[in-house]
Amino acid sequence: MSQPSISKSMTVGESGLAAVFAVTAFLCVIAAAKALDAPFAFHAALSAAASIAAVFVIINRYFERPAALPPAEINGRPNYNMGPIKFSAFMAMFWGIAGFLVGLIIASQLAWPALNFDLPWTSFGRLRPLHTSAVIFAFGGNVLIASSFYVVQKSCRVRLAGELAPWFVVVGYNFFILVAGTGYLLGVTQSKEYAEPEWYADLWLTIVWVVYLLVFLVTVIKRKEPHIFVANWFYLAFIVTIAVLHLGNNPALPVSVFGSKSYVAWAGVQDAMFQWWYGHNAVGFFLTAGFLAIMYYFIPKRAERPIYSYRLSIIHFWSLIFLYIWAGPHHLHYTALPDWTQTLGMTFSVMLWMPSWGGMINGLMTLSGAWDKLRTDPVLRMLVVSVAFYGMSTFEGPMMSIKVVNSLSHYTDWTIGHVHSGALGWVGFVSFGALYCLVPWAWNRKSLYSLKLVNWHFWIATLGIVLYISAMWVSGILQGLMWRAYTSLGFLEYSFIETVEAMHPFYVIRAAGGALFVIGALIMAYNLWMTVRVGEAEVQAPVALQPAE
Amino acid sequence: MSFWTRHQIFEKNSIILVVGILLVISIGGLVEITPLFYLKSTIEVVDGVRPYTPLELAGRNIYVREGCYLCHSQMIRPLRDEVERYGHFSLAAESMYDHPFQWGSKRTGPDLARVGAKYSDDWHVTHLTNPRAIVPQSVMPGYPFLSETEVDPATIADHMRTLRAVGTPYSDDQIANAAADMKAQADPDNAGSDAFTKRYAKAVVRNFDGKPGTPTEMDALIAYLQMLGTLVDFKLYNEKANLR
Repeated sequence: MSQPSISKSMTVGESGLAAVFAVTAFLCVIAAAKALDAPFAFHAALSAAASIAAVFVIINRYFERPAALPPAEINGRPNYNMGPIKFSAFMAMFWGIAGFLVGLIIASQLAWPALNFDLPWTSFGRLRPLHTSAVIFAFGGNVLIASSFYVVQKSCRVRLAGELAPWFVVVGYNFFILVAGTGYLLGVTQSKEYAEPEWYADLWLTIVWVVYLLVFLVTVIKRKEPHIFVANWFYLAFIVTIAVLHLGNNPALPVSVFGSKSYVAWAGVQDAMFQWWYGHNAVGFFLTAGFLAIMYYFIPKRAERPIYSYRLSIIHFWSLIFLYIWAGPHHLHYTALPDWTQTLGMTFSVMLWMPSWGGMINGLMTLSGAWDKLRTDPVLRMLVVSVAFYGMSTFEGPMMSIKVVNSLSHYTDWTIGHVHSGALGWVGFVSFGALYCLVPWAWNRKSLYSLKLVNWHFWIATLGIVLYISAMWVSGILQGLMWRAYTSLGFLEYSFIETVEAMHPFYVIRAAGGALFVIGALIMAYNLWMTVRVGEAEVQAPVALQPAE
Repeated sequence: MSFWTRHQIFEKNSIILVVGILLVISIGGLVEITPLFYLKSTIEVVDGVRPYTPLELAGRNIYVREGCYLCHSQMIRPLRDEVERYGHFSLAAESMYDHPFQWGSKRTGPDLARVGAKYSDDWHVTHLTNPRAIVPQSVMPGYPFLSETEVDPATIADHMRTLRAVGTPYSDDQIANAAADMKAQADPDNAGSDAFTKRYAKAVVRNFDGKPGTPTEMDALIAYLQMLGTLVDFKLYNEKANLR
C-alpha cells in the first residue's frame, strides 16, 4: 500500500447497529419459542433470521471496506450514493410485477370464482390486501424511496446522509413488506384498508420511517444549494404526513406480546373517521404528493425544460397539502358518520380539484417548447400521459365526492375504476417513466437498452388501462342503477344476485385489461435488466464542464 | 417584501418547512376527528347494543381474518332502495363496540349489517362451505375449512380483557366465564346456557354448525352473522330524539 494507512475501526453506526440486531435476534428467538399462534412464530423466526443476517452483513461489510469511509466529494464533485437507490429500484420492479400479477389473479377470481380454490391462503379476501399493499406500498413505496434518495442528492448536490442508515431504510422497508405480505396470506390483518399489517409490523415500519425521514432531512440540511428544490418539499410532505397518518390510524393493543392479534384503540364511527382520514391521505400523500415530487424532478429533467411556473408550484404545494387532509369523509357519505363531517369532507374534496389541476397544468406546461419530444421519446410520453391521467382522476374524484353522485357510485366498481385510473394511469406511468430514467442514471448507462420496447410497453399498458377503467365505469354505474331500480308497481326490480350476474362480462374485460398491464410491466423488466446487463457505460463528463451555480 | 420573497423562509430552512407542513396538515384532521369524541350527538342513544359474546367475538375475528369486509359492507345508508332491501339504516350506536369498524367500502356481495336471523343456520353452513351450491351465480369463495378448525375457548378471555382496556364494557363476570360461555352458546344442552343468556341480552344459543363437540370456526362465524343487526329493536327506537 502506497497510501498512508489509516487505522481501521468500526464506526458507531456499524457497531451500534450490529449490537442492536444481535439483541433483536435474541429477542425474536424468544418470541418465536413463546409464540401463541403459528403466523406469529413464523414472523418471529423470520425476524430472527433477518437480524442474524444483518449482523453478519454489517460485520462482513466492515471487513471488506477500506479503512476510510467513502468521501463526500471526489475531485470537487459530490460522491453520490447509488447503492440503496439501485436496491430499491430493483425491488420496485420485483414487487411491481408480483403486485400486478396478484391483481390479475383476484380480478380473475371475480370473473371465475373457482380460482379461489376454497383454500384459506388463496381466497380473494386474503389476496386482495396482498395486491393493494404490493402495488401501493411495495412497488410505489420503493419507487418513492429510490427516486427520493436520487432527487435529494442531485438537487442538494451532496452525498446522501449516513452510510448504513440509507441501507437500513431500503432493506428494512422491504422486510416490512415481506412480513406484511406473508401475514395477509396467513390471515394476519387488522382489517383497516391499506393499513392491514398488525401491531408488530406497524412498529417496525415506524422505526424504518423515522430513519427514512432523518436520512432525507439531514441530506437536505447538508445541501450545497441555498434553496430546497420543489420536489423535495413534496417528498418531505409525503414522509412527514405518512408518519402522522400511520401513528393516528394504527394505535392498537396486542392481546399478547407473543401473539399476532391486536385490537385497535378506536371503535365504530370514530374508527371509521380515523381510517378514512388515513385512507384518503394514503392516496393524497403517498400516491399523490410523493409522485408529484417525481413529476417535478423527472419531467423537467427529461424534457430539458424548466418547471413551467415556480409560483404555481408554491400555491400547488401548500393548497394541496392543506386541502387533501380534509377529504377523508367522502368515503363515508350517507353512513352513520355525522352529516356535518360528511359535508365538510365533500366541500374540501370539491375544492381539491383546483390545486390538483394547478399541479397538472404545471407539469404539462413544462413541456412548452419541447412538445415535439413526445414523438421521439416514449419515456417522456409516459410521464406526460401519467399527468394527463392525474388530471382525469382528480376531476373524477371531486365529482364522485358530491353526495348525490356518491349515493350511486359508492360500494360499486366505479370506485375501483376511479382508483385504477389513478393507480395504473398516474402512479403506474409516472413510476415507469421515473424508473426508465433512473436505471440508466443510477447504473451509469448511456441510454436504455431499447426505446422501441418502451414504446411497446406504453401502448400495451395504455390499452390495458382503457379496457380496465371503461369496464369498471360501465359495471359500476350499471350495478348502482340496478340496485335502485323499481318496477312500475313500486317493488325493487332486481335481486342482489341478478346485479352480480350482470357484472360478469365486465369482470372478464377488466381481467383482460389487467393482463395487458402485466405484459407491459414484464417488457419493462426485461428492458431494464438488459440496460443494466449490456448497456454502454456513460463516460463521466470532465470536471470543468460542470454548470456554474 | 412580496409574498413570493417571504416564502423563501420555507425554501431556505428545512426545519421551518417541516414545521410548516406539520401545521398545515394538522388542521383538517383536528377539526374533523376531535369533535367526534365529545359531541354527544355523534352516537345515538339506543337500548340493546351490547359487547359481543365470546363466540360471536371469535366469529368476528374470523370475519376480519378472511377479509369479508372487502366484499361486504355493514352500513345501510338511509336511501329508499337500501332500506327496503336491507332494513333500517345503520346507526352509529350499532358499531360502537367494533374494534375496528367493519362498515366496508364495496358491495361485491350484499350488505350484511342486518343479515342476522334472515337465513337459517343450515343455509349459512351450506353457503359458506360452497356458495354456489345455494346461489349458482355467486362469485364468493368457499370456506369449507371453517368446519374443520376448532376455536380455542381458553384464550378468548384475554381478547375480552384487551377489548376492555380499549373501552368495551365487559364485566368481570363476563370475562371470568368467557371460556364456559363460549362452549355454552354453541350447545343448547349445556348446563351453563341459562347463565350465559343472562350475561348477554338477546344472545342466541344454538348448535350453529349442527355438529357436536367443541365449537368450530363455522359455529363462531355463524353466531356472529346471526346476531348482526338484531340488537336494536326499531319498534322502540326513538328516531326524533336522535335527529342530528
